[in-house]
Amino acid sequence: MKFRSLIFANLFRKKVRLILTIGSFAIALVLFTFLAVVNSAFSRGIDIAGADRLVIVNRIGLIQTMPISYGDQVRAIPGVKYVTQDHWFGGVYQDEKNFFPQFAIDVENHRKVYPEFIVPDDQWNTFVKDQQGAVVGARTAKRFGWKAGDRIPIKNTLYGPTKTWEFNLDGIYHTEKADGDESQFWFHWKHFDENVPAAVKSTAGWYILKLDSPDDAVRVAKTIDAKFANSTSETKTETESAFAAGFAKQFGNIEFLILTIGSVVFFTLLLVTGNTMAISVRERTSELAVLKAIGVTDRSVLFLVLVESVVIALFGGLLGLLLAWAAIPVISVALNGLLPPLLLSKTMLSVGLVFAVLVGVASGLLPGIGAMRMSVVNALRRV
Amino acid sequence: MIRVDGQGSGNSLIQVRGLSKTYRRGGEEIQVLQRLNLDVDKGDFVGFMGPSGSGKTTLLNLLGGLDVPTHGSITVAGDEITHMSGSKLTQWRARHVGFIFQMYNLIPVLTAFQNVELPLLLTKLSKSERRKHVETALSVVGLQDRMNHYPRQLSGGQEQRVTIARAIVSDPTFLLCDEPTGDLDRKSADEIMALIEELVAKHGKTVLMVTHDPVVAARAHTTLHLEKGVLVEASKLEQGVVAGGVR
Repeated sequence: MKFRSLIFANLFRKKVRLILTIGSFAIALVLFTFLAVVNSAFSRGIDIAGADRLVIVNRIGLIQTMPISYGDQVRAIPGVKYVTQDHWFGGVYQDEKNFFPQFAIDVENHRKVYPEFIVPDDQWNTFVKDQQGAVVGARTAKRFGWKAGDRIPIKNTLYGPTKTWEFNLDGIYHTEKADGDESQFWFHWKHFDENVPAAVKSTAGWYILKLDSPDDAVRVAKTIDAKFANSTSETKTETESAFAAGFAKQFGNIEFLILTIGSVVFFTLLLVTGNTMAISVRERTSELAVLKAIGVTDRSVLFLVLVESVVIALFGGLLGLLLAWAAIPVISVALNGLLPPLLLSKTMLSVGLVFAVLVGVASGLLPGIGAMRMSVVNALRRV
Repeated sequence: MIRVDGQGSGNSLIQVRGLSKTYRRGGEEIQVLQRLNLDVDKGDFVGFMGPSGSGKTTLLNLLGGLDVPTHGSITVAGDEITHMSGSKLTQWRARHVGFIFQMYNLIPVLTAFQNVELPLLLTKLSKSERRKHVETALSVVGLQDRMNHYPRQLSGGQEQRVTIARAIVSDPTFLLCDEPTGDLDRKSADEIMALIEELVAKHGKTVLMVTHDPVVAARAHTTLHLEKGVLVEASKLEQGVVAGGVR
């Protein structure tokens, strides 16, 4: 590009303004990326939900339990391949800030229903044999520096007199996908059942079932809910993605909130950079007029303005993404599990960069068109 | 031979016929130029004088293809420019016209070298060829040792020299100077005029210049007076008037 020295020189014409504009881009990109990461964290369960999995919960609400006998009855329905159940434990490790989800799981069927959680066979076999054993996600293990063989005390907050339950950490699971949930803590449902008060015994928090085919989902869900209608524990059966979406919505309409804030960020940034470019172009009216006088075409003038705004946007965008890349893991750790793990994916980085370029083009477009249409005679007269 | 009667030979470098320019301002029509004729040959140096608002700069803008006339035609080196499209006119300007402005209008963030190089960026010349041309142009104006200076590091006279170098670097058909010494002290103005004279005498450039200053105008081969949009007088006293034309 023959005009690069002109573009480069124009970029650094007002250094303070350049730094402030790039700074505003960077901060907006950090905010934009953070919002995207939070949104992704909340919707991750929906994205990774198996199409061939259904979740059964108590029709009254998620905190109400169901009899453990439902498992065998559900297993008998045609189209159901495997059934497993979970129970929420809600314990505390050392401090309430150290939140991570703990589930009492059905050791026999859990792996069949959730093949995406990968535990080395030797660790799993140890866990199966160890009634006080536990398996934890790699992220949580890393967070607290746990390793297989460690003894993990968890304060009991919901069930019975035993104040602290101690577990042997037998294994650490990973997920197939990089953004999979590696925060859970699992232990034996049998161990749970033996130690909880009578009112909680022989119950499941929810059931997860794997189907022979996703095509059976509607029929099986209707059959299950009909089967337990008018019982003491009526059920609500839905696909795993619908369950995850409903769960995320308990926090409010996160997606709408994030879209709204994101739009405000976008338009504010557009106004800031658009105004900056407009001022910058207005200051150079006579110079642009001279360029046109000596033979630079209208399109080239537009191109020069657009390249300038896009370069500013790219620098600001890259700086913002770099800051986000550095800050998001720190924020994620600082949140202590209050939010699902915040993961900045390559896709989000690419989207952020495209977002920056779009703002760059949009903010340079109006001043650029103005410069393109500017009459040389009038512009020179203004000098 | 410069003529203003429209009776030129037809071989003139610049032929202007029946040129009129009317502006509308607040619903009122203002006729700036009225059926103006002009013939300028290659190597001529013509000065335009006249009071403010007489249409000097408008004439220069029309001759430089920066503006379009209401009526009439302008033909330069056989190209009739009055009916060219905007983009064709832009290309034509790049090839045929060198502009020298009163306020220099250099790009402040570019060095003298980069400013002079600008018109060449529109050509297919290689980087080394461009450098050669720029160095030649800067040596013609005596600023080869200042090529890496920014406009703020140059005096007004030096800035105007850079503008002249920028105007001649692509070897245009003619130069248009709008008050080239208007912002300079007398000494610098003399130096600039000497340079323009040299461009005409040594390098055979054709120069059309607008000025308020009679001393500067006297340096031109011919001075034409514009009053109320009409070329009413042609003077270069010592050369006399010939049948409405002058030399």
